[in-house]
Amino acid sequence: MLTVNRYKCCYCGACVGVCPTCALELVETWLEVSAECKECGLCAKICPVGALEVRA
Amino acid sequence: MKCDLVVVGGGPGGSMAAKTAAAAGLDVVMLEKRQEIGDPVRCAEGVSKRSLCKMVKLEPEWISSEVKGARLYAPDGKSIVMSEDKSGGEVGYVLERKVFDRGLAMLAAQAGARIMVKTRALSLLKKDGSICGVSAMRIGEPLQIEAPLVIGADGVESKVGRWAGIDTTLKLDDIESCAQFLVQDASIDDDYTEFFLGNSIAPSGYAWSFPKGEKLANIGLGMQGSRSKPGEAVRLLRQFMKSRFPNGRVVEMVVGGDPCSGPIDSAIADGVMLVGDAAHQTDPLTGGGILNAMQAGAIAGEVAAKAISEGDVSRKGLQEYETRWRADIGKTIARSFQLKEFFVKLTDKDINQLIGSLAKEDISKMDLGAMLRILFRLNPKLLWSLKSLII
Repeated sequence: MLTVNRYKCCYCGACVGVCPTCALELVETWLEVSAECKECGLCAKICPVGALEVRA
Repeated sequence: MKCDLVVVGGGPGGSMAAKTAAAAGLDVVMLEKRQEIGDPVRCAEGVSKRSLCKMVKLEPEWISSEVKGARLYAPDGKSIVMSEDKSGGEVGYVLERKVFDRGLAMLAAQAGARIMVKTRALSLLKKDGSICGVSAMRIGEPLQIEAPLVIGADGVESKVGRWAGIDTTLKLDDIESCAQFLVQDASIDDDYTEFFLGNSIAPSGYAWSFPKGEKLANIGLGMQGSRSKPGEAVRLLRQFMKSRFPNGRVVEMVVGGDPCSGPIDSAIADGVMLVGDAAHQTDPLTGGGILNAMQAGAIAGEVAAKAISEGDVSRKGLQEYETRWRADIGKTIARSFQLKEFFVKLTDKDINQLIGSLAKEDISKMDLGAMLRILFRLNPKLLWSLKSLII
Protein backbone atom coordinates (compact mmCIF):
# COMPACT_ATOMS: atom_id res chain seq x y z
CA MET A 1 0.00 0.00 0.00
CA LEU A 2 0.98 3.63 -0.47
CA THR A 3 2.14 5.28 2.72
CA VAL A 4 2.50 9.01 3.31
CA ASN A 5 5.12 10.17 5.76
CA ARG A 6 3.32 13.25 7.04
CA TYR A 7 6.41 14.44 8.87
CA LYS A 8 8.22 14.68 5.53
CA CYS A 9 5.42 15.82 3.21
CA CYS A 10 5.70 19.49 2.17
CA TYR A 11 2.24 19.36 0.51
CA CYS A 12 3.36 20.58 -2.92
CA GLY A 13 0.89 18.49 -4.94
CA ALA A 14 3.38 17.16 -7.51
CA CYS A 15 2.21 13.62 -6.67
CA VAL A 16 -1.40 14.58 -7.35
CA GLY A 17 -0.44 15.91 -10.79
CA VAL A 18 1.17 12.64 -11.92
CA CYS A 19 -1.34 10.19 -10.41
CA PRO A 20 -2.86 8.26 -13.34
CA THR A 21 -5.95 7.20 -11.39
CA CYS A 22 -6.71 10.50 -9.67
CA ALA A 23 -6.33 8.70 -6.35
CA LEU A 24 -4.57 11.51 -4.51
CA GLU A 25 -6.04 14.71 -3.16
CA LEU A 26 -4.18 17.47 -1.38
CA VAL A 27 -6.25 19.08 1.36
CA GLU A 28 -4.11 21.98 2.55
CA THR A 29 -1.35 20.18 4.44
CA TRP A 30 -2.99 16.75 4.27
CA LEU A 31 -2.50 14.30 1.41
CA GLU A 32 -5.43 11.90 1.04
CA VAL A 33 -5.08 8.54 -0.71
CA SER A 34 -8.28 6.97 -2.04
CA ALA A 35 -9.13 3.36 -2.87
CA GLU A 36 -8.43 4.16 -6.54
CA CYS A 37 -4.68 3.87 -5.82
CA LYS A 38 -3.05 1.15 -7.94
CA GLU A 39 0.29 1.41 -6.10
CA CYS A 40 2.12 2.28 -9.33
CA GLY A 41 4.68 4.35 -7.42
CA LEU A 42 4.88 7.29 -9.86
CA CYS A 43 4.01 9.65 -7.01
CA ALA A 44 6.85 8.29 -4.88
CA LYS A 45 9.28 8.80 -7.75
CA ILE A 46 8.34 12.45 -8.33
CA CYS A 47 8.19 13.43 -4.64
CA PRO A 48 10.93 16.03 -4.05
CA VAL A 49 11.22 15.13 -0.36
CA GLY A 50 10.65 11.37 -0.46
CA ALA A 51 7.48 11.41 1.62
CA LEU A 52 5.74 8.62 -0.32
CA GLU A 53 6.48 4.94 -0.37
CA VAL A 54 4.74 1.89 -1.80
CA ARG A 55 5.11 -0.89 0.74
CA ALA A 56 4.42 -4.53 0.10
CA MET B 1 -25.75 29.81 -3.74
CA LYS B 2 -25.71 30.95 -7.37
CA CYS B 3 -23.34 32.94 -9.57
CA ASP B 4 -22.26 33.29 -13.20
CA LEU B 5 -18.75 31.92 -12.86
CA VAL B 6 -16.83 29.83 -10.34
CA VAL B 7 -13.05 30.15 -10.46
CA VAL B 8 -11.33 27.23 -8.71
CA GLY B 9 -7.96 28.32 -7.35
CA GLY B 10 -6.72 31.67 -6.06
CA GLY B 11 -3.25 31.85 -7.61
CA PRO B 12 -2.24 34.49 -10.18
CA GLY B 13 -4.19 32.77 -12.99
CA GLY B 14 -7.38 32.43 -10.97
CA SER B 15 -7.23 35.95 -9.60
CA MET B 16 -6.69 37.48 -13.05
CA ALA B 17 -9.60 35.45 -14.44
CA ALA B 18 -11.84 36.47 -11.51
CA LYS B 19 -10.78 40.13 -11.70
CA THR B 20 -11.32 40.36 -15.47
CA ALA B 21 -14.68 38.56 -15.44
CA ALA B 22 -15.96 40.55 -12.45
CA ALA B 23 -14.86 43.84 -14.03
CA ALA B 24 -16.84 42.85 -17.14
CA GLY B 25 -19.95 42.50 -14.99
CA LEU B 26 -20.12 38.82 -14.10
CA ASP B 27 -21.07 37.57 -10.65
CA VAL B 28 -17.88 35.67 -9.80
CA VAL B 29 -16.99 33.36 -6.91
CA MET B 30 -13.32 32.38 -6.52
CA LEU B 31 -12.50 29.36 -4.36
CA GLU B 32 -9.17 28.84 -2.62
CA LYS B 33 -8.76 25.58 -0.77
CA ARG B 34 -6.05 26.89 1.52
CA GLN B 35 -6.85 29.16 4.38
CA GLU B 36 -4.33 31.70 3.14
CA ILE B 37 -3.83 32.86 -0.43
CA GLY B 38 -0.20 32.76 -1.55
CA ASP B 39 1.20 30.55 1.18
CA PRO B 40 3.04 28.18 1.12
CA VAL B 41 4.90 29.33 -1.98
CA ARG B 42 5.88 26.76 -4.64
CA CYS B 43 7.87 29.00 -6.90
CA ALA B 44 11.22 30.67 -7.63
CA GLU B 45 9.36 33.99 -8.07
CA GLY B 46 11.18 35.34 -11.14
CA VAL B 47 9.24 37.30 -13.77
CA SER B 48 9.93 39.57 -16.70
CA LYS B 49 9.53 43.16 -15.66
CA ARG B 50 8.18 44.35 -19.01
CA SER B 51 5.49 41.69 -19.35
CA LEU B 52 4.30 42.05 -15.76
CA CYS B 53 3.99 45.83 -16.06
CA LYS B 54 1.75 45.37 -19.11
CA MET B 55 -0.74 43.31 -17.11
CA VAL B 56 -1.22 45.01 -13.75
CA LYS B 57 -0.38 48.19 -11.92
CA LEU B 58 2.44 47.10 -9.64
CA GLU B 59 2.55 47.68 -5.93
CA PRO B 60 6.10 48.12 -4.59
CA GLU B 61 5.57 45.55 -1.82
CA TRP B 62 4.99 42.82 -4.40
CA ILE B 63 8.62 43.00 -5.49
CA SER B 64 11.57 41.66 -3.53
CA SER B 65 14.25 42.82 -5.92
CA GLU B 66 15.09 43.91 -9.42
CA VAL B 67 17.95 42.25 -11.25
CA LYS B 68 20.30 43.46 -13.99
CA GLY B 69 20.56 40.22 -15.87
CA ALA B 70 21.16 36.51 -15.84
CA ARG B 71 24.35 34.52 -15.57
CA LEU B 72 24.46 31.02 -16.97
CA TYR B 73 27.04 28.52 -15.69
CA ALA B 74 28.23 25.51 -17.68
CA PRO B 75 29.03 22.31 -15.77
CA ASP B 76 32.76 23.14 -16.10
CA GLY B 77 32.20 26.44 -14.28
CA LYS B 78 32.51 28.80 -17.27
CA SER B 79 29.77 31.39 -17.42
CA ILE B 80 28.04 33.81 -19.76
CA VAL B 81 25.95 36.87 -18.94
CA MET B 82 22.67 37.93 -20.53
CA SER B 83 21.07 41.32 -20.06
CA GLU B 84 17.82 41.72 -18.18
CA ASP B 85 15.44 42.72 -20.95
CA LYS B 86 16.69 40.12 -23.41
CA SER B 87 17.05 36.88 -21.55
CA GLY B 88 13.78 35.35 -22.52
CA GLY B 89 11.13 36.62 -20.23
CA GLU B 90 11.71 35.16 -16.80
CA VAL B 91 14.23 37.64 -15.45
CA GLY B 92 13.69 41.12 -14.19
CA TYR B 93 11.78 41.13 -10.94
CA VAL B 94 11.94 38.60 -8.16
CA LEU B 95 8.52 38.74 -6.55
CA GLU B 96 7.34 38.20 -3.00
CA ARG B 97 4.67 35.70 -4.01
CA LYS B 98 2.95 35.64 -0.62
CA VAL B 99 2.22 39.35 -0.96
CA PHE B 100 1.82 39.35 -4.74
CA ASP B 101 -0.77 36.55 -4.84
CA ARG B 102 -2.76 38.20 -2.10
CA GLY B 103 -2.50 41.53 -3.92
CA LEU B 104 -3.94 40.03 -7.10
CA ALA B 105 -6.75 38.39 -5.13
CA MET B 106 -7.52 41.80 -3.65
CA LEU B 107 -7.75 43.25 -7.17
CA ALA B 108 -10.27 40.51 -7.98
CA ALA B 109 -12.20 41.37 -4.82
CA GLN B 110 -12.14 45.08 -5.65
CA ALA B 111 -13.54 44.27 -9.09
CA GLY B 112 -16.48 42.59 -7.33
CA ALA B 113 -15.51 38.91 -7.13
CA ARG B 114 -16.46 37.00 -3.99
CA ILE B 115 -13.54 35.08 -2.56
CA MET B 116 -13.92 32.02 -0.38
CA VAL B 117 -10.86 30.67 1.38
CA LYS B 118 -10.54 27.26 3.03
CA THR B 119 -13.06 26.17 0.40
CA ARG B 120 -12.19 23.16 -1.71
CA ALA B 121 -13.92 22.04 -4.89
CA LEU B 122 -14.99 18.38 -4.60
CA SER B 123 -16.61 17.81 -7.97
CA LEU B 124 -18.49 19.47 -10.80
CA LEU B 125 -22.26 19.61 -10.52
CA LYS B 126 -24.01 18.25 -13.59
CA LYS B 127 -27.59 18.39 -14.80
CA ASP B 128 -28.65 16.42 -17.91
CA GLY B 129 -24.96 15.96 -18.69
CA SER B 130 -24.18 19.71 -18.60
CA ILE B 131 -22.03 21.34 -15.99
CA CYS B 132 -24.08 23.52 -13.67
CA GLY B 133 -21.69 24.41 -10.87
CA VAL B 134 -19.30 23.16 -8.25
CA SER B 135 -19.79 21.02 -5.20
CA ALA B 136 -17.41 22.28 -2.52
CA MET B 137 -16.47 21.94 1.10
CA ARG B 138 -16.23 25.23 2.96
CA ILE B 139 -14.52 25.10 6.34
CA GLY B 140 -15.64 21.51 6.68
CA GLU B 141 -19.25 22.13 5.61
CA PRO B 142 -20.74 21.14 2.24
CA LEU B 143 -21.57 23.96 -0.15
CA GLN B 144 -23.15 23.82 -3.59
CA ILE B 145 -22.46 26.69 -5.94
CA GLU B 146 -24.64 26.79 -9.03
CA ALA B 147 -23.01 28.39 -12.04
CA PRO B 148 -23.07 27.73 -15.79
CA LEU B 149 -19.31 28.21 -16.15
CA VAL B 150 -16.23 27.04 -14.23
CA ILE B 151 -12.62 28.14 -14.67
CA GLY B 152 -10.12 25.61 -13.35
CA ALA B 153 -7.04 27.47 -12.13
CA ASP B 154 -6.26 24.74 -9.66
CA GLY B 155 -2.60 24.29 -10.34
CA VAL B 156 -0.33 21.32 -10.90
CA GLU B 157 -2.73 19.13 -8.90
CA SER B 158 -5.71 20.23 -11.04
CA LYS B 159 -8.86 18.18 -10.81
CA VAL B 160 -11.29 20.43 -12.65
CA GLY B 161 -9.97 19.38 -16.06
CA ARG B 162 -10.11 15.68 -15.21
CA TRP B 163 -13.64 16.04 -13.88
CA ALA B 164 -14.62 17.67 -17.18
CA GLY B 165 -13.02 14.95 -19.27
CA ILE B 166 -9.72 16.70 -20.08
CA ASP B 167 -6.81 14.43 -19.18
CA THR B 168 -4.31 16.72 -17.47
CA THR B 169 -2.31 13.93 -15.82
CA LEU B 170 1.39 14.69 -16.20
CA LYS B 171 3.79 12.02 -17.45
CA LEU B 172 7.07 11.91 -15.53
CA ASP B 173 8.88 13.25 -18.61
CA ASP B 174 6.60 16.27 -18.52
CA ILE B 175 7.05 17.47 -14.97
CA GLU B 176 10.08 18.80 -13.13
CA SER B 177 10.54 17.81 -9.51
CA CYS B 178 11.76 20.94 -7.72
CA ALA B 179 13.18 21.94 -4.35
CA GLN B 180 14.25 25.34 -3.13
CA PHE B 181 15.67 26.99 -0.05
CA LEU B 182 15.43 30.66 0.83
CA VAL B 183 19.05 31.27 1.70
CA GLN B 184 20.99 34.01 3.43
CA ASP B 185 24.61 34.03 2.32
CA ALA B 186 27.27 36.74 1.85
CA SER B 187 28.30 35.15 -1.47
CA ILE B 188 24.91 35.70 -3.12
CA ASP B 189 24.97 38.04 -6.12
CA ASP B 190 22.15 40.50 -5.47
CA ASP B 191 22.16 41.82 -9.05
CA TYR B 192 21.96 38.71 -11.21
CA THR B 193 19.79 35.64 -11.40
CA GLU B 194 22.07 32.67 -11.82
CA PHE B 195 21.45 29.40 -13.63
CA PHE B 196 23.66 26.36 -13.10
CA LEU B 197 23.53 23.62 -15.71
CA GLY B 198 24.81 20.08 -15.48
CA ASN B 199 23.49 16.56 -15.19
CA SER B 200 25.14 15.98 -11.83
CA ILE B 201 23.67 19.26 -10.49
CA ALA B 202 20.12 18.89 -11.81
CA PRO B 203 19.54 16.05 -14.32
CA SER B 204 17.68 17.45 -17.35
CA GLY B 205 16.95 20.64 -15.47
CA TYR B 206 18.92 23.38 -13.79
CA ALA B 207 19.74 24.91 -10.44
CA TRP B 208 19.08 28.60 -9.81
CA SER B 209 19.75 31.51 -7.53
CA PHE B 210 17.09 34.23 -7.69
CA PRO B 211 18.18 37.12 -5.44
CA LYS B 212 15.63 38.73 -3.12
CA GLY B 213 17.86 41.55 -1.90
CA GLU B 214 20.31 41.98 0.95
CA LYS B 215 22.14 38.69 0.36
CA LEU B 216 18.97 36.64 0.44
CA ALA B 217 18.03 34.39 -2.49
CA ASN B 218 15.76 31.60 -3.65
CA ILE B 219 18.26 28.85 -4.35
CA GLY B 220 16.74 25.77 -5.86
CA LEU B 221 16.73 23.21 -8.61
CA GLY B 222 14.38 21.32 -10.85
CA MET B 223 15.04 17.92 -12.38
CA GLN B 224 13.09 15.91 -14.92
CA GLY B 225 10.53 13.68 -13.20
CA SER B 226 11.52 10.61 -15.18
CA ARG B 227 15.07 10.91 -13.82
CA SER B 228 13.89 11.48 -10.26
CA LYS B 229 13.66 9.02 -7.40
CA PRO B 230 12.08 9.51 -3.98
CA GLY B 231 13.57 12.57 -2.28
CA GLU B 232 16.10 13.16 -5.04
CA ALA B 233 15.39 16.88 -5.61
CA VAL B 234 16.04 17.79 -1.97
CA ARG B 235 19.10 15.53 -1.82
CA LEU B 236 20.58 17.17 -4.93
CA LEU B 237 19.79 20.64 -3.59
CA ARG B 238 21.63 19.90 -0.36
CA GLN B 239 24.57 18.66 -2.42
CA PHE B 240 24.48 21.81 -4.57
CA MET B 241 24.33 24.05 -1.50
CA LYS B 242 27.35 22.28 -0.03
CA SER B 243 29.48 22.85 -3.11
CA ARG B 244 28.26 26.32 -4.12
CA PHE B 245 26.93 28.05 -0.99
CA PRO B 246 28.55 26.11 1.88
CA ASN B 247 27.95 28.89 4.39
CA GLY B 248 24.35 29.53 3.35
CA ARG B 249 21.73 29.76 6.08
CA VAL B 250 18.38 28.26 5.12
CA VAL B 251 15.39 30.25 6.36
CA GLU B 252 12.61 28.62 4.32
CA MET B 253 11.99 25.45 2.34
CA VAL B 254 9.88 25.20 -0.81
CA VAL B 255 9.10 22.18 -2.99
CA GLY B 256 6.93 21.63 -6.02
CA GLY B 257 6.17 20.01 -9.34
CA ASP B 258 6.43 22.15 -12.47
CA PRO B 259 4.57 21.09 -15.64
CA CYS B 260 6.74 21.17 -18.79
CA SER B 261 4.57 19.18 -21.20
CA GLY B 262 4.10 21.86 -23.82
CA PRO B 263 0.59 22.98 -24.81
CA ILE B 264 -2.16 20.53 -23.87
CA ASP B 265 -4.49 19.29 -26.60
CA SER B 266 -7.46 21.16 -25.22
CA ALA B 267 -7.92 23.64 -22.39
CA ILE B 268 -11.70 23.80 -22.78
CA ALA B 269 -14.70 21.54 -22.38
CA ASP B 270 -18.40 22.31 -22.21
CA GLY B 271 -18.75 24.81 -19.36
CA VAL B 272 -15.07 24.65 -18.39
CA MET B 273 -11.86 26.55 -19.15
CA LEU B 274 -8.45 25.69 -17.69
CA VAL B 275 -5.85 28.32 -16.82
CA GLY B 276 -2.20 28.29 -15.73
CA ASP B 277 -0.47 25.16 -14.38
CA ALA B 278 -3.83 23.35 -14.64
CA ALA B 279 -3.55 23.84 -18.42
CA HIS B 280 0.23 23.14 -18.41
CA GLN B 281 0.81 26.73 -19.54
CA THR B 282 4.25 26.95 -17.93
CA ASP B 283 7.20 27.56 -20.25
CA PRO B 284 8.78 24.10 -20.61
CA LEU B 285 12.29 25.51 -21.04
CA THR B 286 12.44 27.95 -18.13
CA GLY B 287 9.68 26.50 -15.96
CA GLY B 288 8.27 30.01 -15.57
CA GLY B 289 4.50 30.09 -15.30
CA ILE B 290 3.32 33.19 -13.44
CA LEU B 291 2.93 35.54 -16.39
CA ASN B 292 1.51 32.90 -18.73
CA ALA B 293 -1.10 32.00 -16.10
CA MET B 294 -1.99 35.68 -15.63
CA GLN B 295 -2.27 36.27 -19.37
CA ALA B 296 -4.39 33.15 -19.87
CA GLY B 297 -6.50 34.11 -16.84
CA ALA B 298 -7.21 37.54 -18.29
CA ILE B 299 -8.20 36.04 -21.64
CA ALA B 300 -10.40 33.41 -19.95
CA GLY B 301 -12.09 36.15 -17.89
CA GLU B 302 -12.94 38.12 -21.02
CA VAL B 303 -14.21 35.06 -22.88
CA ALA B 304 -16.26 34.06 -19.81
CA ALA B 305 -18.03 37.43 -19.83
CA LYS B 306 -18.76 37.14 -23.53
CA ALA B 307 -19.94 33.51 -23.32
CA ILE B 308 -22.29 34.27 -20.40
CA SER B 309 -23.77 37.35 -22.07
CA GLU B 310 -24.31 35.39 -25.29
CA GLY B 311 -25.71 32.42 -23.39
CA ASP B 312 -23.32 29.92 -24.95
CA VAL B 313 -20.89 28.25 -22.54
CA SER B 314 -20.49 25.14 -24.69
CA ARG B 315 -17.10 24.13 -26.00
CA LYS B 316 -17.96 26.05 -29.14
CA GLY B 317 -18.83 29.18 -27.18
CA LEU B 318 -15.49 28.97 -25.34
CA GLN B 319 -13.41 28.31 -28.46
CA GLU B 320 -12.26 31.95 -28.47
CA TYR B 321 -10.29 31.29 -25.28
CA GLU B 322 -8.55 28.32 -26.88
CA THR B 323 -7.71 30.27 -30.02
CA ARG B 324 -6.49 33.36 -28.20
CA TRP B 325 -4.25 31.72 -25.60
CA ARG B 326 -2.61 29.57 -28.25
CA ALA B 327 -1.97 32.60 -30.46
CA ASP B 328 -0.66 34.56 -27.47
CA ILE B 329 1.41 32.42 -25.08
CA GLY B 330 0.89 29.06 -26.82
CA LYS B 331 3.40 29.66 -29.61
CA THR B 332 6.27 30.32 -27.22
CA ILE B 333 5.26 27.37 -25.05
CA ALA B 334 5.28 25.06 -28.09
CA ARG B 335 8.70 26.31 -29.22
CA SER B 336 10.13 26.08 -25.72
CA PHE B 337 8.85 22.51 -25.50
CA GLN B 338 10.76 21.51 -28.64
CA LEU B 339 13.89 23.23 -27.32
CA LYS B 340 13.47 21.52 -23.96
CA GLU B 341 13.07 18.12 -25.57
CA PHE B 342 16.44 18.71 -27.23
CA PHE B 343 18.28 20.24 -24.28
CA VAL B 344 17.26 17.56 -21.74
CA LYS B 345 19.23 15.04 -23.80
CA LEU B 346 22.50 17.00 -23.77
CA THR B 347 25.52 15.64 -21.95
CA ASP B 348 27.66 17.87 -19.75
CA LYS B 349 30.27 17.85 -22.51
CA ASP B 350 27.68 19.21 -24.97
CA ILE B 351 26.64 21.96 -22.55
CA ASN B 352 30.27 22.90 -21.91
CA GLN B 353 30.83 23.13 -25.64
CA LEU B 354 27.76 25.31 -26.21
CA ILE B 355 28.45 27.76 -23.41
CA GLY B 356 32.19 27.72 -24.12
CA SER B 357 31.55 28.61 -27.75
CA LEU B 358 29.98 31.91 -26.67
CA ALA B 359 33.05 33.01 -24.71
CA LYS B 360 34.29 35.34 -27.44
CA GLU B 361 30.86 36.62 -28.49
CA ASP B 362 29.15 39.70 -27.12
CA ILE B 363 25.80 38.25 -26.17
CA SER B 364 24.92 40.79 -23.50
CA LYS B 365 22.44 42.58 -25.74
CA MET B 366 20.93 39.53 -27.40
CA ASP B 367 17.53 37.97 -26.98
CA LEU B 368 17.12 34.20 -26.82
CA GLY B 369 16.46 33.89 -30.56
CA ALA B 370 19.59 35.81 -31.54
CA MET B 371 21.65 33.82 -29.05
CA LEU B 372 20.34 30.54 -30.45
CA ARG B 373 21.26 31.67 -33.99
CA ILE B 374 24.84 32.43 -32.88
CA LEU B 375 24.99 29.10 -31.06
CA PHE B 376 23.80 27.37 -34.22
CA ARG B 377 26.44 29.11 -36.34
CA LEU B 378 29.17 28.08 -33.88
CA ASN B 379 27.92 24.52 -33.21
CA PRO B 380 26.09 23.43 -36.36
CA LYS B 381 26.71 19.73 -35.88
CA LEU B 382 25.45 19.59 -32.31
CA LEU B 383 22.39 21.74 -32.96
CA TRP B 384 21.51 20.51 -36.45
CA SER B 385 18.21 18.95 -35.38
CA LEU B 386 17.03 22.36 -34.12
CA LYS B 387 17.62 23.97 -37.52
CA SER B 388 13.98 24.61 -38.30
CA LEU B 389 13.35 26.17 -34.88
CA ILE B 390 16.33 28.48 -34.92
CA ILE B 391 16.62 29.76 -38.48
